[in-house]
Amino acid sequence: MTTTVAPTTAAPAQPSGRPRAANFLRMLPLSPAIGLMLVFLAGPIIYCLYAAFTNMALTGTGAADVKFVGLENFRKAFGSGAFTNAIWLTLVFTLISAIIGQNTLGLGLALLMRKSNRIIRNFVGTSVIGAWVLPEVVAAYLLSAFFNDEGTLNVMLHAVGLPGQDWLYAAPIIAVSLANIWRGTAFSMLVYSAALSEIPKEIEESAEMDGAGGWRRLLFVTLPMITRAIMTNLMLITLQTLSVFGLIYAMTRGGPGTKSQTLPLYMYEQAFSFSQIGYGTAIALVMLAIGAVFSLIYLRGLNSEAA
Amino acid sequence: MVTRKRFKAAAALGALLLAVSACSQGSTTKQPETGGSQSAGPANIKIAYQQWGPGTVMKNFLAGVKTEYEAANPGSKVEILPIVASENDYYTKLQLMMRSPNTAPDVVYEDTFLINSDITAGYLKPLDDYIKGWDQWGQFEETAKGAAKALDGKTYGIPDGTDTRALWYNKQLFAKAGLPEDWQPKTWDDVLSAARTIKQKLPGVTPLNVYSGKPMGEASAMQGFEMLLYGTKDSLYNHDQKKWVVGSQGFKDSLNFIKTIYSEGLAPSPKQALDPNMGSKVGTELLPGGKLGIALDGSWIYSNWQKTGAKPWPQWTTVLGQTAMPTQDGGGKGKVSLSGGWTWAIPAKSKNPDAAWNLIKTLQTQKNATKYATDGAQIAVRKDVAEDPGYKNSAKSTKFFTDLVSVTVYRPAFAEYPKVSNEIITAMEAVMTGQSSPDEAAKNYDEAVEGIVTKDKTTTQSTGQ
Repeated sequence: MTTTVAPTTAAPAQPSGRPRAANFLRMLPLSPAIGLMLVFLAGPIIYCLYAAFTNMALTGTGAADVKFVGLENFRKAFGSGAFTNAIWLTLVFTLISAIIGQNTLGLGLALLMRKSNRIIRNFVGTSVIGAWVLPEVVAAYLLSAFFNDEGTLNVMLHAVGLPGQDWLYAAPIIAVSLANIWRGTAFSMLVYSAALSEIPKEIEESAEMDGAGGWRRLLFVTLPMITRAIMTNLMLITLQTLSVFGLIYAMTRGGPGTKSQTLPLYMYEQAFSFSQIGYGTAIALVMLAIGAVFSLIYLRGLNSEAA
Repeated sequence: MVTRKRFKAAAALGALLLAVSACSQGSTTKQPETGGSQSAGPANIKIAYQQWGPGTVMKNFLAGVKTEYEAANPGSKVEILPIVASENDYYTKLQLMMRSPNTAPDVVYEDTFLINSDITAGYLKPLDDYIKGWDQWGQFEETAKGAAKALDGKTYGIPDGTDTRALWYNKQLFAKAGLPEDWQPKTWDDVLSAARTIKQKLPGVTPLNVYSGKPMGEASAMQGFEMLLYGTKDSLYNHDQKKWVVGSQGFKDSLNFIKTIYSEGLAPSPKQALDPNMGSKVGTELLPGGKLGIALDGSWIYSNWQKTGAKPWPQWTTVLGQTAMPTQDGGGKGKVSLSGGWTWAIPAKSKNPDAAWNLIKTLQTQKNATKYATDGAQIAVRKDVAEDPGYKNSAKSTKFFTDLVSVTVYRPAFAEYPKVSNEIITAMEAVMTGQSSPDEAAKNYDEAVEGIVTKDKTTTQSTGQ
């Protein structure tokens, strides 16, 4: 993700337009890394592209003789209710848990932490980041136990005389979205904390002198100054959330029925439970396209901000 | 300072990498190779089987065979590979292993339901040349010989047993609920009314268990759905026309039965039923614990309760009764059973097929075949085993389940069957969770089957019973 900046040496600054040979030599140390990337990253991706247009399978005819089937996998996907359901759930999951949940909660926490004292800041920061550094499966089990019929949440609700909830079964997509918010908010909080610390104090103070209240300061001063961080953060968490698999799998397996079967889970089921590798990779390509569309939208946002 | 342009390029690249990381998860992972092996002379033979739940029958049986084989073939080693996985995951892991000579086991345990699909995939080696010189083959029942015979007429697996299915019921609970201890339901309604009585009279007891939904995989399709469907006038496959049946009333009726028991609370809650460990639970907790009135289940489940089983329970012989699953309205033969069974096969990419065959012969000596049929609660497929007094008296239920062979039906285990089976359990799950009505789920099934086998390979006419 990060771009490294070449360290400035003590040598006198070179004029731009270095000779080609020097450029080549500077690239040489990078070649092993580029080679590895090509083999281990580009390789599987190209294989994926190939598999998506075949009938490849782990058993049956598609295993014995792999044939090109053109766009058949995509036709089959867009004609199937299960796939439409998965797309819809993926969008719901991404919207609720990333774009609304993690993003606004992260921003809120970052804003509150600016104003609070060190002890509270450390306490909140540690607990939020704690949820983030837990292994995904551990977090999923914790949250399953929390939302379970006899789980912590219902015990607490009953204790204060409220009726219990049954989200894991009745509204599983809500349960896994809440779980993902709990687990992923730390990332947004860190991004926004860093961005907010860049804002010069004087600007906010002068806005205050001009009589702008809290909300107006936030809307017209603070947020515009961190637009770039917002766009970058949105892009990263959207792409992370689109491919969340372990959390949902460990909590609900995509069930009950297909009520929490997002695209990654649908892909896994088709490719590994039902052995349809070709069809599964075609779904993966659709996921890639969805990610690309989101990225483009955010990049446009970054561009317009730069203008 | 990072320039804006460079930042954008990095952001775009990063976005792309993140997006495709989901794709590269789809690539197959290889397991590390375990020990090289020589092709001639003493060999290392790897034998793979499914180890799920706490059962130790197969584990102990294979350990005995390993000792026997290694003693008879000095210098050879048998490596037992227990694949710890639920039903569907076991097949996936096994198929991934069989794809490469580096990871292919030498002997694999294949369910008859999947073997045709794996034969079509080219994973297995035909065994006819080996069988020719084998004096034991004549001992196998004719039907059993066909269990692993492919459409090309070759035999790809040696069956080690078969099974039948029926209703197990708890006589003590029946007595408490005022139901007859010698229970003989004649129709689906008889089964439902007994379940309703238990629900009413015995709170805290699950009246009836019928496996359903994706987590239990083929158990849902076969013990659950097909035990219902084959009791209607319809079936999955029309053998005369060689076509798959769609749009049948029997299919909807069977789904409706599932809907009834799950919506009326006559079955475990869908939440419980959708636990991949439900099979172990029924055998080791619910039945022995007196928590379940009736179980639609297989002939083998008492193996849980033997001394070597997961949950020794000697009282089962007096507490539990067995009765045949009735047809929908008592028509046809009046009772239904389905049969499957497992076979030992040799992967095409095995490095030591000859040694593997020797091991299969050791697995299938009369003594070992009897031992496994007895300990593993199998219905015998060999005449000499069926006549063996040790087998005949091995369990109180053996005779009952062996007699069901006269009415039993084998699944249409063609190469497409596993995919069709997946669509069945998807339909079941949609109905039991209330996501779809039986009619909608049946319609989705029909469309899916047309997609799997092509439309001209489907028919709306079932073969009559």
